[in-house]
Amino acid sequence: MNIMTIVYSIASIGGLGLLFGIGLGYASKKFAVPVDPKVPLIRDVLPGANCGGCGYAGCDAFAKAVAEGDANPEGCPVGGIKVAQQVADILGLTVEEKDPTTAFVKCNGTCEHSQNHYKYYGIQDCNEAALLPGGGSKSCSYGCMGLGSCVKACPFDAIEIRNGVAVVIEEKCTSCGNCVEACPKGLIEIVPLKNKIRVACNSEDKGKEVRSNCEVGCIGCRMCVRTCEYDAIDFNNQLAHINYEKCTQCQACVEKCPTNAILGLQEVKVEEKAN
Amino acid sequence: MTQILVIFLGAIFVNNFVLSRFLGTCPFLGVSKKVETATGMGLAVTFVMTLASIMSYIVYDWILVPLEIEYLYTIAFILVIASLVQFVEMVIQKTSPTLYQALGVYLPLITTNCAVLGVAIINKNEGYNLIKSIFNGLGGALGFTLAIVLFAGIRERIEKNNILEAFKGFPIALITAGLMSIAFLGFQGLL
Repeated sequence: MNIMTIVYSIASIGGLGLLFGIGLGYASKKFAVPVDPKVPLIRDVLPGANCGGCGYAGCDAFAKAVAEGDANPEGCPVGGIKVAQQVADILGLTVEEKDPTTAFVKCNGTCEHSQNHYKYYGIQDCNEAALLPGGGSKSCSYGCMGLGSCVKACPFDAIEIRNGVAVVIEEKCTSCGNCVEACPKGLIEIVPLKNKIRVACNSEDKGKEVRSNCEVGCIGCRMCVRTCEYDAIDFNNQLAHINYEKCTQCQACVEKCPTNAILGLQEVKVEEKAN
Repeated sequence: MTQILVIFLGAIFVNNFVLSRFLGTCPFLGVSKKVETATGMGLAVTFVMTLASIMSYIVYDWILVPLEIEYLYTIAFILVIASLVQFVEMVIQKTSPTLYQALGVYLPLITTNCAVLGVAIINKNEGYNLIKSIFNGLGGALGFTLAIVLFAGIRERIEKNNILEAFKGFPIALITAGLMSIAFLGFQGLL
């Protein structure tokens, strides 16, 4: 071990370190990407769930899009009006108040109300099961299979499978829309939170088939359309659709519906009536 | 030429970095939940490992060997790789935002990855020249990509199945990784 080895080691490793340090320091100036100072501010007020409900890759991407003017400050469905207000404050804009919304599963065909064609033992995922003949094991090809693809898609634990059908827990739901995309049957839609009168059926089959498949399906009798005084129920493809802007929640249709396919203000009561 | 081909294929299948050398297990388990991200990670590793092979060869043969201080290779390689990755990240961020979106998030993860350091040290131990080093690095990284993408595909399928509560998540992933490793043992007789 001579003294020169020590000198060489220090000089070479130290020199390399210094060289790389200077190189990186120079590169960080030379290749610096300008960042809008508003982006981190906006990012801080966002919920940070990275759910993708806004249509961007995550909260960071959304913050960037808002700062650049590509996205609306109200674009975050999770944060709702509160976050929109804060984001708008940062950007110096104003926002209009919007009604809170929630996801809703348009099916009430629980184990008691409907049947299965056959027993399904395959992969526990709706998107896989929906590829099978008849669109899965459920007798109604439009109905919820209850395998829980939406449960897995929900970043907020706001969906449960109750009695074989997915149910949204509205207190937890932020209407990010992940479940809407996850459902192969297109059963889930975003509805206004305050409107409780909703058609819990998605079947476009004829009345006779609906009857044989499910006790609580919409059989297309048009009773609700005739009952409604406010012209709030549209009817197409053998299925009633409620126009939430016109509906006054008078519950007339809920009482008239022969199969209890329309859910009323108190869902529990409807359940009891069905039993 | 044959030798290079043997090194290249050997690095991919026979001496697969993850499944037979057990290097780079951390990203292999961490970033393998989706095929998409696994592919991104694999590409980033390929990029960095090939560059690291070149750089570490240059530093070793041009600086450490002439000065007779070869015993400092570990620290020198770490220094080279860490700064190289940092530099590459900056360049990509500036020049190609699209590529940065695809690779950039994974680059900091690879800075101190043992597979990258491993390839530099293996090149040195085997006494490979520059060309062989590059192909060893490239092959090893492609082997890593192959392993992680296959693993991610299997994990995606596993996620959708009914698994015992006790095995959910990492336990079943570790078992799967072990089975894959056994499967890759079949390549041992190839070369």
